[in-house]
Amino acid sequence: MGPRFESVPAVREGLAGVSYLADEGIAGVVYLADRLGKPVLVEGPAGVGKTELAKSVAAMTGSRLIRLQCYEGLDESKALYEWNYKKQLLRIQAQRVVESDGAEPAAASSGSWSDLEEDIFSEDFLLTRPLLEAIRATDPVVLLVDEVDRVEVETEALLLEVLSDYQVSIPELGTVAATQHPLVFLTSNNTRELSEALKRRCLYLHIDYPELEREKAIVMTRVPEISDHLADQIVRIVRSLRSLELKKHPSVSETLDWARTLVLLGADSIGAEQARDTLHILLKYRTDIEKAAKELSVAEGA
Amino acid sequence: MLDLLAGFISELRAAGLPVSLTENLDATEAVRHIPLEDREAFKYALGATLVKSNAHWKAFETVFEVYFSLRGPQYDIQPEDGDGNGDGRRAPGDDRPPARGGAMDALSPEQMAELLYRALMDADDAVLSAVARQAVTRFSGMEPGRPVGGTYYLYRTLRKLDLDAVLARLMEGAQEASGGLTPLEERLAKDEYESRIDRLRKEVEAEIRRRLVADRGAQAVAKTLRKPLPEDVDFMHASRDEMMALRRAIHPLTRKLAVRLARKRRHGRKGPLDFRNTMRHSLSYGGVPAEPKFRYPRPAKPEIFVIADISGSVAAFARFTLQLTHAISSQFSRVRSFVFIDGIDEVTRFFEGAEDITEAVHRVNTEADVVWVDGHSDYGHAFETFWERWGREVSPKTSVILLGDARNNYHASQSWVLKEIRRRARHVYWLDPEPRSYWDTGDSILSEYAAHCDGTFECRNLRQLEHFVEELD
Repeated sequence: MGPRFESVPAVREGLAGVSYLADEGIAGVVYLADRLGKPVLVEGPAGVGKTELAKSVAAMTGSRLIRLQCYEGLDESKALYEWNYKKQLLRIQAQRVVESDGAEPAAASSGSWSDLEEDIFSEDFLLTRPLLEAIRATDPVVLLVDEVDRVEVETEALLLEVLSDYQVSIPELGTVAATQHPLVFLTSNNTRELSEALKRRCLYLHIDYPELEREKAIVMTRVPEISDHLADQIVRIVRSLRSLELKKHPSVSETLDWARTLVLLGADSIGAEQARDTLHILLKYRTDIEKAAKELSVAEGA
Repeated sequence: MLDLLAGFISELRAAGLPVSLTENLDATEAVRHIPLEDREAFKYALGATLVKSNAHWKAFETVFEVYFSLRGPQYDIQPEDGDGNGDGRRAPGDDRPPARGGAMDALSPEQMAELLYRALMDADDAVLSAVARQAVTRFSGMEPGRPVGGTYYLYRTLRKLDLDAVLARLMEGAQEASGGLTPLEERLAKDEYESRIDRLRKEVEAEIRRRLVADRGAQAVAKTLRKPLPEDVDFMHASRDEMMALRRAIHPLTRKLAVRLARKRRHGRKGPLDFRNTMRHSLSYGGVPAEPKFRYPRPAKPEIFVIADISGSVAAFARFTLQLTHAISSQFSRVRSFVFIDGIDEVTRFFEGAEDITEAVHRVNTEADVVWVDGHSDYGHAFETFWERWGREVSPKTSVILLGDARNNYHASQSWVLKEIRRRARHVYWLDPEPRSYWDTGDSILSEYAAHCDGTFECRNLRQLEHFVEELD
């Protein structure tokens, strides 16, 4: 299979085509991920579009998106594959029924046991989970491993094995190797330091809050009915808020929510009052809202 | 090209970034796929393969600029500076100003200032960088071969440009132009101008760096620009900017701490078999208990007592520890903090409900009853008082963290208090912001206290603090 992308600008245009405005860094890393066949570890504050990036790359390349949402306690059986116990038990039970009905001689049952064993450990009884699914896929896929920092070190090691060789060994079935290299994105919120080994295998991409112009462009793309002036004001206020020391800074997705709200309210420019009344959409802590309102109205007193 | 890359990578390593061989190979592979003209893509290609932590990005960027950014055609170095290998020693008389800036050389200082004002007003990047270049030529007083760091030139240049006055003038201009701004608009305008001025500052910085590189060569300049990585910055000697960065770094750290402790509690061991739950689940397997279920253990919640020295000798550290305490207290159900100099006071209440750490620290500094006699640390008295007033509340659930340099001004140590505390508490840890080699010198009596602690940790930077957090249970 050849490379998916022509050049870095091509990636950027492609992403723009699915309404994801990437900057140089993002486009460059996506391009490299394809060329070098390496997974990308994406970090950055919440709500800047880490997950969205994987989704957009999938949409752009016309691939299927397979998502593995990580959480504490995620293990092999949830990430990779699992045998379908219930179905297996049913199968065994069904066999028993046949035996008691047919009253076959006991000697034959040993032969049927090995048949049975082969049967219950076959594809039919295998429950594939996202990782195996991504590896076995014959169509192009993008694998998204979301919030990888939530899993324990042991599961991380499992990921590592899968991601470095793109193959999995299942004792009863043998080794399953990938027919194609899926594009892999891992996102992390940095609640835990990931292992050096994992980082080494990945390309690293840190997505930060966008530059003023880019954020405005994002608002304009995602909220098409917005006026230029309003979008400009919105991103400026958001930038101003990000410079404050808050518990949680407004993210891009919150900027978009805010923009949509203001459009719904029929505003075409924001006054201090309107800004304060709708601040709760941007900020998620009471103290942050108070602080921001104070900052914005401190200026009011002047 | 490969030589350049090798030099670049060895400089990154020298700056403290952990670049492994695999990453080195990846970078080499990556640059093959990126057209060299695309400077930004090139930078990110190197960044993505070599830098695996956002905290290191700034260090990377500096080194990158020194090694690569200066080689674009738009930055061609003046003929008189570009003398080959750049050891740049010239005759003392040969310090005529570089011919850069062309037409601008003729401008008077007033015209210069006007040009700068216009450029900032109109956000004209081209003029802005021309002004920056010209300003460096005029004001920095750079002389080839002088072993002076870039910050000195930067300071000289910026002082002459007087950016505060420029900002004031810009704001006035904006007021006049619009005929009165609303306060909100005013704030936004100010933000905008400040960011433009910041851009100018960066231009000036870059220009100075360019000239230094032309003068001394990339390697030497990279060496002078080398700064400790954020995790290696010493708490006691951090600059204001570094302190800001540290403060931002603390939050994730405490979250890590909380996650770590919670995880240990939840996954440390399995509880006894939960028979009913197992039976319930067996129904779906036709009565076969195929999936045994266990009860979750319900361990006691740990309680943390933080006792911190906030006297002058550890003031910088103390401020930091107070912030840490605050951050911890928002993550744990029960954290009690005590601060002392020679008297001791509980300050938990200042942090409760206080979202603004600066305010809380201020209240601690002004309201807490920490001075008993003369305001010189007296660990002995502070500990004694602690024992009298709160000693009963230390229980086997309590982990006690002591923060301080154990410089007791030759007072009595009263280390029996720690012995008692340790007898009752779960753990007692001591974090000392001084280098280990200073311990027990002069009036430091750490080892006397250390005898009654479960561990003493040198804790001068984030890396060490993180190490402590990892050890903790």
